[in-house]
Amino acid sequence: MLGPETARDRSQGGPREGSFVKTALAVAHKDLLVELRAKEILLAMAFFAAVVVLLFAFAFTHEGRANTDATAGILWIAVALAGTLGLSRAFEREREGDTLRALLLAPAPRSAIYVGKLAGIVLLMLVTEACTVPLVSLLFDAPLLAAERLPHLWLLLVLGTVGYAAVGSLFGALLARTRGRDILLGILLYPIIVPVLIAGARGTEALLARPLDRATAWFWTELLLVFDTVFITVALWVYEPLMASE
Amino acid sequence: MKRGGLFLALVAVTALGLAVVPSLIINAPTEPTMGFIQRIFYYHVATAWLTFLSAFVCAGASIGYLANVGSKSAQRWDGLAMAAAELTVVFGTCMLVTGPLWGRKAWGVWWVWKDVRLMTALLLWFIFVAYLLVRRFGGPGSARLGAGLGIFAAADVPLIYTSVFFWRTQHPKATVVTSLDPGILLPFLLALATFTVLYVVLLWLRMGLETARIRLEDLQLAAEDAGLLDEMR
Amino acid sequence: MDTPFDRVTARGVSKVYGRQRALGAVNLELAAGEAVALLGPNGAGKSTLLGILGTLVRPSTGELLFSDEPPAAWHRAGIGVLGHESLCYGELTGRENLLFFARLYSVARPAERSAEWLARLGIEHAADRPARTYSRGMLQRLALGRALIHGPRLLLLDEPFTGLDREGVALLRSLLVAERDRGAILLIISHEFASLVDLATRALVLRRGRLVHDGPAPLTADGWRVLYEEQGSSAARPAGAAGQTASPSGAGG
Repeated sequence: MLGPETARDRSQGGPREGSFVKTALAVAHKDLLVELRAKEILLAMAFFAAVVVLLFAFAFTHEGRANTDATAGILWIAVALAGTLGLSRAFEREREGDTLRALLLAPAPRSAIYVGKLAGIVLLMLVTEACTVPLVSLLFDAPLLAAERLPHLWLLLVLGTVGYAAVGSLFGALLARTRGRDILLGILLYPIIVPVLIAGARGTEALLARPLDRATAWFWTELLLVFDTVFITVALWVYEPLMASE
Repeated sequence: MKRGGLFLALVAVTALGLAVVPSLIINAPTEPTMGFIQRIFYYHVATAWLTFLSAFVCAGASIGYLANVGSKSAQRWDGLAMAAAELTVVFGTCMLVTGPLWGRKAWGVWWVWKDVRLMTALLLWFIFVAYLLVRRFGGPGSARLGAGLGIFAAADVPLIYTSVFFWRTQHPKATVVTSLDPGILLPFLLALATFTVLYVVLLWLRMGLETARIRLEDLQLAAEDAGLLDEMR
Repeated sequence: MDTPFDRVTARGVSKVYGRQRALGAVNLELAAGEAVALLGPNGAGKSTLLGILGTLVRPSTGELLFSDEPPAAWHRAGIGVLGHESLCYGELTGRENLLFFARLYSVARPAERSAEWLARLGIEHAADRPARTYSRGMLQRLALGRALIHGPRLLLLDEPFTGLDREGVALLRSLLVAERDRGAILLIISHEFASLVDLATRALVLRRGRLVHDGPAPLTADGWRVLYEEQGSSAARPAGAAGQTASPSGAGG
């Protein structure tokens, strides 16, 4: 599947093929450095997520009280929508200066580039979520910040974000060189990541239940782990041939 | 031409099926609890089966495309994936139209959320509509995108199924088939067979179109090489 | 230093995009120490050939070999590309850009190498400014540093002289001559004929995806111009190619 390109490695004794981990780290580090300078993706994502949460709050408010049944879903939808914004901008950046080409020229397995981009996007999304969770908790009077619920919520968010970004980074990279990329990313991404959204929202719902439904929350957490594994495995499998087949 | 003969045979079988099976369906015994509306089931199950079959044909062809990328045969794999994706949407639409008709009678509502097969089918349909949009508007490079999407769609089916499954299901159990009245079973199996042959015929036709397009491109390039089409560029 | 390859061979390489043939059955062998100028009108397939040699574009037919081996990920360690775009990140400083690419190529002592190249390219005064504030010429110098920092064996240069002032052109020429004499393979797309004199050792002309000329480099700018007008321009007759071609290529002939 991966073709001859990854079959060889440094054991050939030739010049250094960059190690997988080092390459992925370099790419992720570079993405965060760029974002540290521009701050554009983080600001846009966090603000957009806040706007989405506010819109939902307006739409679901009855007699001055927000409908708390929808809280979990609202959090996850806000994260998913903001994530698309971040994804398309992150890959738009790689088009300016044609740097995606520079990355593909790197003497390393191309899947390492994928993992690096994935790590960078996951970190940016997690920062966004750190802003969104308190907002949701406040507006919907949800016990998301309670000490016995918060660590588990973060576990769910990390796993859900990894699954989401695993699919998003693959299609973001593929779309980067395609016409109509801005309109297509959401259309492609959302139907595929529905399982992640369902598991994330259900797990969060169990965490919000009073009393806390720990067993159900764990069940969805484990399911998310399975989804992540499937998505990342398939993505790693197809990335090299897809990116090399221009 | 052996292939042509086989194709004609398939067309004949389809025509025969389409002529005979409807009357069998009309004459089949009416199922006592559901009444007349139960006859939708002959169409619904067949189109649903073909939707999923076609999605996996598309995924298989996408893998074939990736494995052969860069070589001449990749174009054919891509053509097959494209044809299968189109048919997924066609049969998926039939399935999604007939399903709610049944649901209205059986459950009293047009649509039920939380039903695992309904949701899986709906999302699959969405993914393949996205596939067609990508192929239509993606421009150059959309073959690669399509291949990625085809593979992800197939990998996604079990995930969607699992995630929705734990919301409790209310679809009629698939085991209903084995306990069917023989009077219903025969037309059902024939309907299934007819639709499947129809699917193969449509896939074949669509592939023929794709093959013709590839051949036209080759001929055009050859003509250009021979200096016949020089002014075209 | 390890050498990934000292020869690049293209055998019957072609590239078809739908109904457009970008490149048709090109046979080419590039050896260490050669500086090859690639001429041709727009749409002749020059960039496609560069993309194929850079392993970024997969040929539709034919094969590409690095010292008789099919391309592998580690061969890319020996390829340097200077394209139309800078291939650098505007938000990062010049130093950070070079540092990142040095790491990507596993260059030993990346910080020192980056500083060295910034000095050599005459942009150390702007080393800690974001690259998006660079002028076109400075960006081109940075892009050159990016292409050379890992000591490539095969240098693919797409119009490297554009955007450079006279001083920049002289610097680029001297760097490229040094790379050539070090034993690197240079493939240069350029129409700045004066800049090719004493740099290029061999001339290729592509026309409509076909290699119509492959011979020694002319000695003067006028010689380049004559060559280009005879072989490359769309008015030229393909039949006229046979006269002075050293190794005529292209299957259609």
